[in-house]
Amino acid sequence: MLHIVACIKQVPDTKVIKMNPKTNTMDRRTAPAILNPYDAHAVEEAVRLRERYGGKVSVLTMGPPPAVKAIKKCIEIGADEGYLITDRRFAGADTLATSYALTKALNKISKENPVDLIICGKMSIDGDTGQVGPGIARRLDIPPLTSVNKVVEINKEEKKAIVHRKLEDGYEVVQSTLPCLFSVEKTINEVPYAPFPNMLKAAKYNPYIWSVDDLEDVDIKQLGLKGSPTIVSKVWAPPKPEGGTMLEGNRQEQVEQLLSILLKKKELFTIKGES
Amino acid sequence: MSEKFDAIVVGAGPAGISCAHDLAKGGAHVLLLERGEYPGSKNVMGGVLYRKMMEDIIPEFYKEAPLERPIVEQKFMMMDKESAVTFSYKGMEWGKEPYNNFTVLRAKFDQWFADKAVQQGAILINETVVLECIVENGKVVGVRTDRPNGDVYADVVVLADGVNSLLAQSLGFHKEYRPDEVALATMEILKLDKKVIEDRFNLEDNQGCTIELFGDATKGILGTGFLYTNKDTLSIGVGTLLSGLIKHKIKPYELLEYVKSHPMIRTLIQGSEPQEYLAHLIPEGGYHSMGRIVGDGVIVIGDASQLVNAIHREGSNLAMTSGRLAAETILLAKEAGDFTEKTLDHYRVRLLDGFVGQDMKKYKDSTHHFDQNPHYFDQYIPMLNRAASQMFTVDGQSKWEKQKKIWKDLGSPKEKMKMARDMYRAWKVVK
Ligand SMILES: Cc1cc2nc3c(=O)[nH]c(=O)nc-3n(C[C@H](O)[C@H](O)[C@H](O)COP(=O)(O)OP(=O)(O)OC[C@H]3O[C@@H](n4cnc5c(N)ncnc54)[C@H](O)[C@@H]3O)c2cc1C
Ligand SMILES: Cc1cc2nc3c(=O)[nH]c(=O)nc-3n(C[C@H](O)[C@H](O)[C@H](O)COP(=O)(O)OP(=O)(O)OC[C@H]3O[C@@H](n4cnc5c(N)ncnc54)[C@H](O)[C@@H]3O)c2cc1C
Repeated sequence: MLHIVACIKQVPDTKVIKMNPKTNTMDRRTAPAILNPYDAHAVEEAVRLRERYGGKVSVLTMGPPPAVKAIKKCIEIGADEGYLITDRRFAGADTLATSYALTKALNKISKENPVDLIICGKMSIDGDTGQVGPGIARRLDIPPLTSVNKVVEINKEEKKAIVHRKLEDGYEVVQSTLPCLFSVEKTINEVPYAPFPNMLKAAKYNPYIWSVDDLEDVDIKQLGLKGSPTIVSKVWAPPKPEGGTMLEGNRQEQVEQLLSILLKKKELFTIKGES
Repeated sequence: MSEKFDAIVVGAGPAGISCAHDLAKGGAHVLLLERGEYPGSKNVMGGVLYRKMMEDIIPEFYKEAPLERPIVEQKFMMMDKESAVTFSYKGMEWGKEPYNNFTVLRAKFDQWFADKAVQQGAILINETVVLECIVENGKVVGVRTDRPNGDVYADVVVLADGVNSLLAQSLGFHKEYRPDEVALATMEILKLDKKVIEDRFNLEDNQGCTIELFGDATKGILGTGFLYTNKDTLSIGVGTLLSGLIKHKIKPYELLEYVKSHPMIRTLIQGSEPQEYLAHLIPEGGYHSMGRIVGDGVIVIGDASQLVNAIHREGSNLAMTSGRLAAETILLAKEAGDFTEKTLDHYRVRLLDGFVGQDMKKYKDSTHHFDQNPHYFDQYIPMLNRAASQMFTVDGQSKWEKQKKIWKDLGSPKEKMKMARDMYRAWKVVK
């Protein structure tokens, strides 16, 4: 029986979020909180592996109390159990402190029911670093497999996992020992419209909620803002692209238009016959 | 098969939430289904929420609910193209407990209200569309949702799916609306500084006013406009019968733009920023348009059963009361273990005997009457404006002369007779 834990994060929907033009920070009130889209795929993959091999899917998140909503979304996708670690002392964590806190929670979950596989999203859509997954793996001293695009095989008896890792020009097949950690691409699967029984389960579900005091062997200095060496010196919105011309038509027409524009640029080419 | 419920309520608007709340409170196992991302996410209302009917469900709700402003002044503007005769009542008694009514933004309010139902034990599922009722041997036994494995069963299904209830329609409870039974309303939420709102509308801190607009607000088409104050936004909208829009070949948003640029309104909304644009239908056919509202294993409540008092812009309160009475009936039926139409009919009787039925009957002919007689809006209101202008313009003519002119403006003796008759008939239809 596999025990898979998906790490999930509640994020502001950056598709609709507005930047505060004065402070250049995200105005979080303008955006609804959603489940990090990559993490939905992490949970879905965990659910598919459970369907294939049997076992149990838990989800874990660190965040403020409303993050229960993100956990319920995961139950809709098909997760069995959810854990929220929430405490003022976690607040302001960078990726180092986040992965530290999550590792402590994973240790606690493992005590009850040993964890064979951890699945993270490729990255969060608000922090975008993609560091939390590998950070957890390093602390647990298990192999991190990033950019996972397909799971070929998980074999608990032989303690091995075989996956495809996405590369720029294809993929590579990698075998690892179990337990290990994947961070998954969005293309690994499609999250289907949740069936009604899952919706019903999610509506009634209450996750485990732990504070710092519920975790063991925690060094308070490594938590939250105190445990975060990252210094954000400046944040700015990318400038809106200006100028430019949109080429219309089919591909052939677009190529022709582009060529004729490029050829007219005297500074780029000298055409034979002209000086 | 998934678990069975005592009741399934379809639609988390004021009607459905009220019903689910009271059912759960009474110990019933109740499922509330909503197609929106969350309750209120798709809901549109000017937004006056009436305190009394809400308190029948949650006493002293105003101490914690997300309300905008308690209303201390209600104005009625009879508008002509460049003028208006305004009638208003302002009373400070409305500014303190227990209050009369409040402006609300439904996206916030419905969510809070649904949470209260969940706290009572109702199970709320969002983002799920009910496609149809499951009928077995002529009895409604559950609903089919759009999700995989989406059939759910219950002793009774409450249809609270709002105006133009497709679910009640597919049971054959009512026909598709005629364009003269339903109004199309469009509205905008305009952002404006709190302090500016209070100065401009002559309000104390956190008090509000409502302005109802008649006549030229709808270019004389049967309908009304409104302008309500929220905390730091204004709600402005117009609604007219669909038949009127069709007849006058006018698009609803053109009407809204027209109101916004009207000289009586322009100055009130100056400097505000449009934040949201919404459109929705209002069932205005009244008592005559009400279809069947009870069947074996099924009850229809709120807008789905045509419960709107168009003359008084009341809808949410009728929805809540119908939800409450439906819950009461279902709890009785549960005790008796009988969910046939005969038992559930208790709801219809209670509804029609109470203020909801009384008001629906009182105004049963009003929409039709005003629709058939557009001159109330396109002739008499301008006339009233001309009379006021004549009377209050000081230009050296004697008041006696002025009265003569006003009298003449009313038309020939025959037209005057018609007008007197019209006033009497208007009085009769709303009497
Ligand atoms: C420039 C910048 C400034 C920031 N400023 C602040 C700040 O001032 N205050 C502040 O509080 N934060 C701030 N953050 C956010 C914070 O550092 C990160 O959001 C957080 O540490 C997680 O990292 P991430 O979002 O990059 O996640 P990633 O590493 O991109 O996430 C990868 C995966 O890790 C998992 N994961 C990530 N976070 C969690 C979690 N909380 N619970 C469970 N699983 C998780 C998910 O599976 C996710 O898909 C800032 C981030 C950046 C980049
Ligand atoms: C512009 C405007 C201004 C108004 N102003 C006022 C006012 O000031 N005061 C007042 O009291 N009334 C007002 N009304 C009327 C009032 O909004 C309605 O009477 C009231 O909302 C009716 O409540 P309800 O619960 O019956 O329906 P609704 O509030 O319409 O709720 C129906 C719910 O059912 C859901 N639903 C529909 N179909 C399905 C389905 N198949 N499956 C799942 N869910 C479904 C919808 O998403 C919705 O949440 C106004 C209406 C409009 C349009």
